[in-house]
Amino acid sequence: MTVLDTSPTPRPRSGDLVLTGISKEFGAHRAVDNLDLTVPEGTFFALLGPSGCGKTTTLRMVAGLEEPSGGNIRLGEQDITGLRPYKRPVNTVFQNYALFPHLDIFENVAFGLKRRGVKDFKPKVDDMLGLVELGGFGKRRPAQLSGGQQQRVALARALINRPQVLLLDEPLGALDLKLRRQMQLELKRIQTEVGITFVHVTHDQEEAMTMADTIAVMNAGVIEQTGSPAELYDLPATTFVANFLGQSNLIRASIIGKADQNLVVDVQGRKVTVPLPRCRVTEGDVWMGIRPEKVFLARAGTEQSNGANQLRGAVVTDVSYVGVSTQYLAKLPWDQELTVFEQNTGARDTFAVGDAVDLHWQPAHTFVLDAEQDARAGVEDVDDPGGAG
Amino acid sequence: MTALMPRLGRWIGRHLVMVFALLVLLYLFAPIIVVMLMSFNQPKSKLSYTFDGFTWQNWQHPCRPFGLCDAVSTSLRIGLLATVIATALGTLMAFGMVRHRFRGRSATDLFIFLPMASPEIVLGSSLLALFVSSGFGGRLGFWTVLIAHVMFCLSFVVVTVKARLTGMDSGLEQAAMDLYANEWQTFWRITFPLVFPGIMAAALLSFSLSFDDFIITNLNAGTTVTFPMFVWGSAQRDIPPQINVVGTAMFLLALVLVLGGELTRRRRTR
Amino acid sequence: MSAVGQLSAATAAPPAKTERSGRRFTAYLLLLPGGLWLLLFFVVPLVSLLAASLYDPNGSIESGFKMTWHFQNFVDTMVDYARPFGRSLWYSLLTTVLCLVLGYPLAYAIAMKAGRWKNLMLALVIAPFFTSFLIRTLSWKLLLSDNGFVVDTLKWLHILGPDGRLLATTAAVVTGLTYNFLPFMVLPLYASLERIDPRLIEAGGDLFAAPLTTFRTVTLPLSMPGVVAGTLLTFIPAAGDYINAQLLGTPKQRMIGNDIQRLFAAGAYPTAAALSVTLMAAIVVLVLVYVWRSGTEELV
Repeated sequence: MTVLDTSPTPRPRSGDLVLTGISKEFGAHRAVDNLDLTVPEGTFFALLGPSGCGKTTTLRMVAGLEEPSGGNIRLGEQDITGLRPYKRPVNTVFQNYALFPHLDIFENVAFGLKRRGVKDFKPKVDDMLGLVELGGFGKRRPAQLSGGQQQRVALARALINRPQVLLLDEPLGALDLKLRRQMQLELKRIQTEVGITFVHVTHDQEEAMTMADTIAVMNAGVIEQTGSPAELYDLPATTFVANFLGQSNLIRASIIGKADQNLVVDVQGRKVTVPLPRCRVTEGDVWMGIRPEKVFLARAGTEQSNGANQLRGAVVTDVSYVGVSTQYLAKLPWDQELTVFEQNTGARDTFAVGDAVDLHWQPAHTFVLDAEQDARAGVEDVDDPGGAG
Repeated sequence: MTALMPRLGRWIGRHLVMVFALLVLLYLFAPIIVVMLMSFNQPKSKLSYTFDGFTWQNWQHPCRPFGLCDAVSTSLRIGLLATVIATALGTLMAFGMVRHRFRGRSATDLFIFLPMASPEIVLGSSLLALFVSSGFGGRLGFWTVLIAHVMFCLSFVVVTVKARLTGMDSGLEQAAMDLYANEWQTFWRITFPLVFPGIMAAALLSFSLSFDDFIITNLNAGTTVTFPMFVWGSAQRDIPPQINVVGTAMFLLALVLVLGGELTRRRRTR
Repeated sequence: MSAVGQLSAATAAPPAKTERSGRRFTAYLLLLPGGLWLLLFFVVPLVSLLAASLYDPNGSIESGFKMTWHFQNFVDTMVDYARPFGRSLWYSLLTTVLCLVLGYPLAYAIAMKAGRWKNLMLALVIAPFFTSFLIRTLSWKLLLSDNGFVVDTLKWLHILGPDGRLLATTAAVVTGLTYNFLPFMVLPLYASLERIDPRLIEAGGDLFAAPLTTFRTVTLPLSMPGVVAGTLLTFIPAAGDYINAQLLGTPKQRMIGNDIQRLFAAGAYPTAAALSVTLMAAIVVLVLVYVWRSGTEELV
């Protein structure tokens, strides 16, 4: 179905994109701090983080539009750190598309090919325009196109050069929700078909989780955790990742002992067990974390016999009906409010404000993080939209 | 009738600003219309400057008054040369000021602004003082006028090109380099075409300032006669109607150029 | 704010981010040729002028002038030419005010109300520029002549007495000056007004009942850089003009420019230079006051 040439032409210097010790300083401000990153060839890689975390700066350093203050960048066997942008087999889809306003769509898409001296570019451009479903738009100017169409031109213009790495700098930010969802699937489809390494920078965690094979979560110039979406979500390495991806309940606790392959954790006077592999630290004060959708509410006093972790004596303080689920806030005896999501399966009635409840969950869903970390890191606040990062 | 008045009043009220603006435009054009009319004038006597009779003669023989066409040619030559030099130097300066970090930015801004704001009499007389004190007092002419013209056109060029440059998204140049264009290619294929309208506007402005200049030119021209100097001279003696022919021609040329530029711009973005 | 808006290609794009990425050395290189030209032919001449103003006035072009640090020149000129000086400043003030009154609505109309016709109207403002201003001023002489259409109409409206005239009066000179400097007021004003985000005006209209209040509290303050630039570009050059006074006025309307020109033509360099320097000094003071208050960012 694809019209791009994806036959296995031997690519001389293809390979993984490896950043080693990359730093960038703007005056006194350290935007990127000693970053190590490996993007496996042919994968869809997302660089996720709040605004100002340095993800765009990192991307621009890979493109050659910023010079690193330190470290180096390798593409396969080639060290591209010192290369000018026009010498790198890397292309970028910019956030504001950066389409050339004085050239028509055809000329825009053909630009890279012409600079590289490719003679027979017309059929290639036509094919590419067809791929992004803009066939026949060749004679128009960027100003005459809608946002979504411009975005597709920007993509075509970059893809047509078959770079080893395609960089995307929040390309879907300016699109409305429906179009964005559509484009997410489109991009994923194209990447799978074409097989080029995509590095996608975004602040939208849902977008990253939907599209990417691997995600690196960035915060204040450093990478907090890298892994598949499931890995990151299921077992966050830091409070930032726990709060930035989805939501987490973090409760102050301390490790008091060991039992088989589990650690026994004292949570505000109550005991819970956590499997050893799910603990980032094995002694001292910790944050015990549990995702809201993994927690179940039961009427106070109900017995749970399946080895679940329990916290008793809570009171429901807020009930929000969100269609798919009901979101509860339950206040525990030590005055902390925990969030609980319950899917509205219709199996039982919802609770009401003021009900006395117990919380329980499977130990295998718990995670334990170092208490030194800030429990508010990565939380998106009304007052602090960028997150505490 | 009574129903019409308040409606008319309301229409005027809502469009008051536009109506006023059009009146001001009319005020701007009144003398031009006079110039155009007078170009067809057949003066009764050498001293009169009123509309006496209609004739095509002036347009058929525009060079009849002695020295008129020489003066026009001198002004054209100075204008073109000054435009080329001022536009080139000014564009370089504009790029330097907009695209680069450097110290002394405020001083440079002031430096550029002052010539635009200075009275011509001061600019002209100071240049004369320079020429005289450096021994060129006896050699005033084409070249001293040219030097003066480039000097006062520079600032206007810088300001015009700068305005166009600051409106340009520098991300476009980065996109070009991302797409395998080196610095040189990026400049010629992306930067230059996008700044070009500004450069053209600056050149047009520069030419009109040069062609039209009197006060500075008068002080520094020696025996060379430019068109405005010719007009001034004739204002003391007799005013040949061919002066208005030149004036009208200049105006129409400018109108054609500016409207032409506008039409090409509109057609290109269609 | 630019002194002249873009002529045929007024960009409608919002001010984009321009990166200052080049190295300092390149900047100096680019600024060098033009900067040198201005230095040689603007700054140095002013220094020459300053020197000339301190020459012994008892010299001549033939016998040369002696530099005697004759500060007395300044005192003498101030005493002798106080009247034309004051008159010039007064005329300039009138001109500037008139240019503001006429120019602001025009600039406003082009920036806010013209829509598709914006560039056309701008072209119409600039086009008369291209006809030699001497010719245009001569046309005013015709328009304002004693048996001309304008004077007749004014007499019929009883604004002018039966033997009143317009020519050879202050009114004529100021009319000419206003006419000549109107574009210098309109263009910076237009550039400034064009930059205003229309949503701010909408918000103002939302908050205030009367459009006049919106204008006073939102539009006017935001257009201030344009007003100031236009004022500087009008007032200062107008003060030094002599063409309008000579063509449309009598020796009674003599401006300082007339005197400077006359003195230079007569070879009385030190006196003429002293007058010029005084005029220039007044200007520099005005501009520096502005810069001290508002910085140079908005100037060019």
